[in-house]
Amino acid sequence: MLVEGIKSRPIYHPLEPKPGSRHILVADAEGAEAILELATKTPDGFWDKARILYIPRSAVGKGYEERLQALTPFPLYVGPTIAAAIPRLTKELSDAQMGTQIYLAGTEGLVGQAMIVALEAGVDQGSIQRDHRGSEARRVQCVHCKGITEEVTTQPVKCTHCGLMLLVRDHYSRRIGAFQGVCIDAEQPGTAPEPEEAFL
Amino acid sequence: MITKSADKTPKIEVEVTHIQQVSDIIKRFTFTPVDGAPLPVFGGGAHIVVEMSDGDIIRRNPYSLVSKPGTTDNYQISVRRDDVGRGGSLYMHNTLKVGDHLLVSHPVNLFHIDRRARKHLLIAGGIGITPFLAMMAELEDEVANFELHLSARTDGAFLDELRGLYGSKGSFYRDDHNEVIPLNDLLTGQPLGTHLYVCGPNGMLEWVLRTAEDAGWPSQNVHYERFLAPATGLPYEVNLATSGITVRVGGHQSMLEAIEAAGVDAPYLCRGGACGQCETRVVSYDGELLHNDHFLTEEEHASGTKIMPCVSRFQGRELVLER
Repeated sequence: MLVEGIKSRPIYHPLEPKPGSRHILVADAEGAEAILELATKTPDGFWDKARILYIPRSAVGKGYEERLQALTPFPLYVGPTIAAAIPRLTKELSDAQMGTQIYLAGTEGLVGQAMIVALEAGVDQGSIQRDHRGSEARRVQCVHCKGITEEVTTQPVKCTHCGLMLLVRDHYSRRIGAFQGVCIDAEQPGTAPEPEEAFL
Repeated sequence: MITKSADKTPKIEVEVTHIQQVSDIIKRFTFTPVDGAPLPVFGGGAHIVVEMSDGDIIRRNPYSLVSKPGTTDNYQISVRRDDVGRGGSLYMHNTLKVGDHLLVSHPVNLFHIDRRARKHLLIAGGIGITPFLAMMAELEDEVANFELHLSARTDGAFLDELRGLYGSKGSFYRDDHNEVIPLNDLLTGQPLGTHLYVCGPNGMLEWVLRTAEDAGWPSQNVHYERFLAPATGLPYEVNLATSGITVRVGGHQSMLEAIEAAGVDAPYLCRGGACGQCETRVVSYDGELLHNDHFLTEEEHASGTKIMPCVSRFQGRELVLER
């Protein structure tokens, strides 16, 4: 059902340590693994300039908080939801200066939303690294009502705002950090295929 | 007196209408179009290639435009006299007079303002100030946030003018007072979204670029202009496969100049190894390609398949170019 080769589909890479005056790391759930892998490659002094923001979500109780806290002398921020962590990231970036490096890891929803905050704060894309870990669930914007549906795992999916059945595309908006959803049965309403798990 | 140019690059005939001695070694030239038509508009950081008929030699040197962007009735350039250079700046200083005619290229900008920036940090060394003169006029007009740090030999050229124009936005450092740009503090104390622009002598450029990289500046935020004068060396010959001729390149001549002198039209823009316009395919060679440009990647240099004839040379038995 998906069109191949959509260029806006984000590309992810393992996190690599970069020179910088400050390192801000944001992860959710299994994204913690990406930070722990990064820690095997970091030079001396790296973590003395690092702040970690972590949202356990589905990985709550797996002990990632302790392992992340062990990396840096600064208190680990643990947030209940992505929405709760966003203002905290905005605050971290409010007095940041050139030479700040951003490391994002975890679900595409977290990576996309944290990237918006960083870009708005003036961080250049060249200072932002992204690694996708864990759930494939997508944040989807309905092109018809513009409402955003979080945690989409099925194809098609019912828009939580206007109720249309949406085909989730690879077409991605960096500005809103979401994939595009387009009505799948516009010609003959009611003929949409049954939703199937597609993004686990 | 104009010698008709051999190449097809569009040119504008101008008259030298004013020459100002800015310092003991810098002169500012004002060129006015002979036909009176408005000159092409340019942005801060643009340069023109000035064509000089110096005896039998046609010299083409790139110079940054220092006049205010938007000006269309004249172009101004500033030229530092280089007593040990290949002769272009000496011609400009010693031979060129008010009333003389010249050909100049259309403006080309390889060093433009990046308008995504929230702040512009300009660092110049000596005559490297020239592209910034036009850039700052433009930034000032746009009420953009900018800051200039200029290091110069003495209190000479441009300093008084810059102090008057830009006041506290400019910081000046004099070599003869052992003043040095506090680069580390400067590069670690800039707000997010700052773009850095550097122009100056090679050693300074390397120092600033290396310090910025070590401080974690992404390369997208770092802009620089490095015009190379073509290197001199031993004379050699080049076979031009397409034209079917062999050209001799003199020791003080660039490969591009030799190709042009033979009447072959070769593309160019910056003539300083920066823009990539003159890139030429190497058909075969037996010897060593002496790459001097900073346009091609290291891999491309090593591949032996491309050369930039504006600044690069050759040493060896035979070189065949697709030209």
